[in-house]
Amino acid sequence: MQHIDTAEQGDPHLHADLKKHVRTYMLVFGSLMVLTLVTVGLKYLHLPTVPAILVALAIALVKGSLVACYFMHLISERKLILILMLATVFFFFGVLLGPTITELNEINPIH
Amino acid sequence: MSTAAIPYTVDARPDTGLNNVKLGIWLFLSSEVMLFGSLFAGYILLRTGNPAWGAGSELLSIPLATLNTIVLITSSVTMVMSWVAAMERNLKKLRLYMGATVGLGAVFMVVKSFEYAAKFEHHHPPSYSTFMACYFTFTGLHALHVLAGMCVNFYFGFPGAKMMQTDPQQFANRVEVAGLFWHFVDLVWIFLFPVLYLLNFGPPVSH
Repeated sequence: MQHIDTAEQGDPHLHADLKKHVRTYMLVFGSLMVLTLVTVGLKYLHLPTVPAILVALAIALVKGSLVACYFMHLISERKLILILMLATVFFFFGVLLGPTITELNEINPIH
Repeated sequence: MSTAAIPYTVDARPDTGLNNVKLGIWLFLSSEVMLFGSLFAGYILLRTGNPAWGAGSELLSIPLATLNTIVLITSSVTMVMSWVAAMERNLKKLRLYMGATVGLGAVFMVVKSFEYAAKFEHHHPPSYSTFMACYFTFTGLHALHVLAGMCVNFYFGFPGAKMMQTDPQQFANRVEVAGLFWHFVDLVWIFLFPVLYLLNFGPPVSH
C-alpha cells in the first residue's frame, strides 16, 4: 500500500490499484457491521459468563484485526512495523495480565 | 536564511525502508496501545478483585453504544476513502470524505454527551461505583482521542488541503498517517464496547 505513489488524474494503473483497495474496504466495512450486530445479538442470548466473555472478545479480536490489517494497511506493511507491533503486543499482554496474575491468590472468581 | 527541507518525509530512509512519518506514527500508536493497555489491566484487576462488583452494564445504554459503534466504523471507511482521494489528487472528493469523517466524529461526541448527561441525571456519576469510575475514565480518554482526531482531520480536509497542489505525495502521506490514528481510535472502541457495555456481569447494583 505504501509503495503506491500519487499520480496525475487519469493514470490507469493507480486507479485500478485504488479501485481494488476500495472494493476491499467495502467488504471489510460489511464484515465489521455484521460482526457488530452479532456481538450485540449475543448479549441477548444470555450465554454463561465464561463463554460469553470468550465469544465477545473473539469477535472483537476479529474486528480489530480487520481494522488493523486492511484500514491500517498492516497486511502490506514493512517488516520493521510488523516487528514493532509484535513487540508492542508482547508488552501489552504483559501489562494487561501481569498485575492480575501476580494477585491471583487475592482475587475472587467472576460471578 | 535558507530553509532546509525535513528529510525522509516522502522518500524511504535506506536503513528503515520507511519514511519517517510512517515510522513516527506507528511508534506513537505503540505508546497509545500501552496507555490503553494499562487502563484495561487496571479494569481487569479491579473487576476480578471485587466480589461485590455490580452489573454496571445495566446502567448503560446498549442501543446508543451500538449506534456509536456503527458511526465510528463508518467514519473509518470515510477516512480511508479520504486517503484514496488524496492518492487520486481529487480535492473535491477529499473534502467530501474528510467532511463526512469529521461529521461522524461529531455525531459520536453528541451521542456520548447524551449518554454522559443521562448518567448524571440518573445520579450515576464516576463516584457512584468503581465500574462507573472505570466507564468515565475509559470513555472520557477515548472521547479526547476522537476530538483530537477530528481537529487533525478537519485541518487536512480543509485549510491544510492546499498542500495537495504543492506536494501531493507528502500530503497523501499526511492523510494516511492521520487515518492511522483515526483507525486506532476506532479499534480501541471496538474493544471498549463489549468490555463496558456487554460483558459487565454481576449481581444487580445496590442503591
